Amino acid sequence: MKSVVNKLISLIITVLVISFVTFIVFSIIPGNAAIAKLGVDASPEQIERLEEEMGLNDPIVLRYGKWLLNALKGDFGESLQYSGTKVSALLSSRLQVTLVLSLLSMGLILLFSFPISLLCVRHQGKWVDALLSGLGQVLMAVPAFFLGIMITYLLGLVLHFFKPGAYIPLSENPSRAVLYLLFPAISIALPKISMTVRFLKSSIQGELSQDYVRTARSHGMSQGKVLSAHVLKNALIPVITFLATIIAEIMAGSIVAEQVFSVPGIGRLLITSISARDFPVVQAIVMYITSVVVTAGFVMDILYILVDPRLRRK
Amino acid sequence: MRDSRTIPSTIEYERARIEVFLVKRSLAILLTLVLGLGVVLSGCSGASKDDSQAGTDVNAQKPTETEPVYGGQLIYGMTQDLVSLDPHESTDAGTRCVVFNIYEGLVKPTAAGDLVPAVAESYDISSDAKSYTFTLRDQIRFQNGDPVTIKDIEYSIHRYAELSGESSAFSLALDQVTCPDDKTVVITLKQPDSEFLSQLTLAIIPDGSDPVQNPIGTGPFKVDTYKVGEYLDLSKNEYYWVSGAPYLDSVRFKFIADVNTAFTELQAGTIDVLNYLTTAQVDALQKSAQDQFRIVEGNMNLVHALFLNNDFEPFKDVRVRQAMCYAVDRDAINQFMFGGKSTLIGSHMIPSLQTWYEPSCADAYPHDVQKAKELLAEAGYGDGFELTITVPSQYSQHVDTAQIIADQLSEVGIKATLKQIEWSSWLTDVYKGRQYEATVIGFDGKLNPSDWLAKYGTNDSKNMTNYSNAEYDELLGKALAAVDQGEKAAYYKQMQLNLSENAASVYLEDPADFVAISSRFDGYYFYPTAAWDVSTIYMVKE
Repeated sequence: MKSVVNKLISLIITVLVISFVTFIVFSIIPGNAAIAKLGVDASPEQIERLEEEMGLNDPIVLRYGKWLLNALKGDFGESLQYSGTKVSALLSSRLQVTLVLSLLSMGLILLFSFPISLLCVRHQGKWVDALLSGLGQVLMAVPAFFLGIMITYLLGLVLHFFKPGAYIPLSENPSRAVLYLLFPAISIALPKISMTVRFLKSSIQGELSQDYVRTARSHGMSQGKVLSAHVLKNALIPVITFLATIIAEIMAGSIVAEQVFSVPGIGRLLITSISARDFPVVQAIVMYITSVVVTAGFVMDILYILVDPRLRRK
Repeated sequence: MRDSRTIPSTIEYERARIEVFLVKRSLAILLTLVLGLGVVLSGCSGASKDDSQAGTDVNAQKPTETEPVYGGQLIYGMTQDLVSLDPHESTDAGTRCVVFNIYEGLVKPTAAGDLVPAVAESYDISSDAKSYTFTLRDQIRFQNGDPVTIKDIEYSIHRYAELSGESSAFSLALDQVTCPDDKTVVITLKQPDSEFLSQLTLAIIPDGSDPVQNPIGTGPFKVDTYKVGEYLDLSKNEYYWVSGAPYLDSVRFKFIADVNTAFTELQAGTIDVLNYLTTAQVDALQKSAQDQFRIVEGNMNLVHALFLNNDFEPFKDVRVRQAMCYAVDRDAINQFMFGGKSTLIGSHMIPSLQTWYEPSCADAYPHDVQKAKELLAEAGYGDGFELTITVPSQYSQHVDTAQIIADQLSEVGIKATLKQIEWSSWLTDVYKGRQYEATVIGFDGKLNPSDWLAKYGTNDSKNMTNYSNAEYDELLGKALAAVDQGEKAAYYKQMQLNLSENAASVYLEDPADFVAISSRFDGYYFYPTAAWDVSTIYMVKE
């Protein structure tokens, strides 16, 4: 129990430190939201007035303190680039999209990586294994944006499976929205599937050389049965850690896929907000990403403690 | 006939702004690869090199013989976000292009570059150019059905003055607004200013209204839904004062974060219009989807130049600046970047503003490496010098141009290197801070010549190039004070010649702008100012 509390405290400290670092970094880089918004045509007074309005003239510590107090109350303020829009409102509609996209990608990863790994192990050294491993290597090596463009091009423009950019908001037509999101999800999932397969395969192979496998085989159990009933379970433990980091990565917003497929998720919002120096939005998104990553790690730690008796004793 | 290239103008004035080509660099090379693949896949791999050269000519500026039908929705793709729906706020050209459809001023610009009455039915300028009298248009209504009154006009003018700031050209010029009767508004100025009419394109909005929360104007389209960062939906203004306009029922301006994604969406038919295509994209469209798109060709209305910081040690010597002009081969840049379709310029004014444009500047510095070397040697830079060209990394057009220029400068011994910085940093460091040696950027401007040329005045707050010339300052003073248009134009032309003779910067071209519009639609017109007028666009009768 004590270790859980300790981990929880370190989690909170991590989030706070990151929020402060983001704040400092954002104050250091050139440009501010007022200049970015008004462009080159503005008179000095216009910029001054807007800076005042946006509260950019207060000292850093004061601004950070104000922000932190409000954030603790759950108020992330108003966006600077879209005046009059609440950060929370802006984020919540975007989060829905990213969430659905993450679930779809995760579903695809789980759906495909297990059967493919087992298939590769069963046919180890044969052409099926060679082909799938080779393909996996390629998919891992190709840059995410290029994979996105290829999918848009082949599945969208050539085969007309979907209309690039014609994303329908979830609120308007959930089933069509999900259908559209399937394609960015594929582009997110493909490299991750390759990685998972690779990881799972070596984990299974490691387990296969264990004594209990030989024992089971010598008792007349079929190779397939041994794999699914015994080996997979044991091989899964390290893979779960790996999947946790993937979940965090996907949930944090697949910036590239959202950009290429023109999906209004948080990744896209993050990019525009950085170039517009829209500090409240950037800070909120960074907080969200940090929380997801840290929480995923935290949950993993807890799960380990529950699963592995050796850790519990410590 | 409306043709952006023949522009008679009687026009007026104010300040300037930089605008930029919305072309991102990121995936350009890979996209070319993909497009190349597309050509192979669609079985056109046999196309010869000659075809690709001729590609951009097809369809361009072809007179259209289509018949309009009413109704329909147009989806207009744009690779930037809107800054604000507030028409009185200072915003970028892209935002003004869109907002043009929602609001109108007492007068509004036409595609030919003239100013015509809009909310006002007629106007009269006193002979001393100090007092402007407007008569309100009969029966004109806002998009919510309320009639426009002189109260609304007063409110709009005062709101604009306040938001522009006390030191703005508008507030400095404005003395008072009076209303002798409920159809007449008289605007009095402190000093005579014959360029002031162009300021009165400022949007007329209902008295007391806040356009950020509730955008209402008298334009052909009213705001339906604005989803920040995603799209702006407009629908037909049923009360629009021009009978028969607009054609379309609704328009969606869709904001697409990535330039290449936008082009893909155009090919897929997700969006119907896209501006600022590259010549490579135009070629790709004409090979793979010639029947699906019309390519309309115009100019970006930008002064695209290698701007020189006249305070940078070597550039303090006029001969070095002149050598730069001789060393840069503008034709080569035009060929490479725009397939030779841009209009070369030699001073800070676009050719579309015919009344004010001085054409002789364009040929002042032919490409002449020998002459450049001589001038450099005379100035004591026979061995050249090192130069950093700072460019905003986001805009491939500027980066690519800078790259070509750096290469050309090496021929005369100038070792130029590129420094790419992000846009907000460019605004802060280069534009506001003037911490640079040379930069490639495009400046846009309004219809009034002072908006383009005042920024070279010694003490102007927007004098990014640190240009300082006593004769120029004197001419600027005279030009602003002149009431007679002919006299005024003469001064502005002399100012352009002054910039050219003293090689204030290396002026390149007003870049060609290629717009693709789905062949289901027609009626796209270029404006010499920031406007994407969708009221003239219609669905084509099949």
